[in-house]
Amino acid sequence: MQPQTCISVQTEDFDLAAEYDSARQHSENPGAIVCFSGLVRDIAHGGGQISEQQTLTLEHYPGMTEQALVRIAEQALERWPLQFIRVIHRVGTLAPADQIVLVITTSAHRSAAFEAAEFIMDYLKTSAPFWKKQIAGNHSEWVASRESDYRAAERWSKSGQA
Amino acid sequence: MLTIQYFASVRETLGKTSEQINLPDDVYTVAELTEHLATRGDAWQLLLNSSLVLIAVNQSVADRSARLLGSEEVAFFPPMTGG
Repeated sequence: MQPQTCISVQTEDFDLAAEYDSARQHSENPGAIVCFSGLVRDIAHGGGQISEQQTLTLEHYPGMTEQALVRIAEQALERWPLQFIRVIHRVGTLAPADQIVLVITTSAHRSAAFEAAEFIMDYLKTSAPFWKKQIAGNHSEWVASRESDYRAAERWSKSGQA
Repeated sequence: MLTIQYFASVRETLGKTSEQINLPDDVYTVAELTEHLATRGDAWQLLLNSSLVLIAVNQSVADRSARLLGSEEVAFFPPMTGG
């Protein structure tokens, strides 16, 4: 069975259990399935207290976004013996604790699945054209890119073949 | 015609989402295009700052030295913050 990649950029929420089942069905004798889901943090309060009025709006570059995600998945397939990759990234307006991103990787062994999922997330943060805007009451602010995200992505190019 | 798109904070600063222009005679590279656009006014100087503004040509991130022929899709945007 050829490894398959399924990429979605959507406003709708996703169902982790349904995506897990689908990943299981799309893999042949998988020994490991890693699911990562990212949630919207309340950035103003450092992830602590949740303020109900605050929202996060995600803008993206239709066309380029999907291509960038496919390219990241292709790189992961070159580096690890994966059976299936699923990436869902939501756009539009989200509230704290909403699901924002999903990455599922399946492989015969857990280390490949873990590493590939982390690789996909690290690259997605710095090379897929998404931009977050935080809105609280009548104040809005674009979220600044973080140096730590770039360092996280860079370590994969330094470590060579995993 | 060159199609130019602006995203996120760059779009808001410039007050423009997209436009189509003919490639000016003296513009051969992305860097020269940004210099041409920067002559429009103070806000447009932003495009010259390569740490605040990234550029894609035909939906792939490009260096400012990239050549332009005149029918590309060029996009200006801030560093990405997805995930």
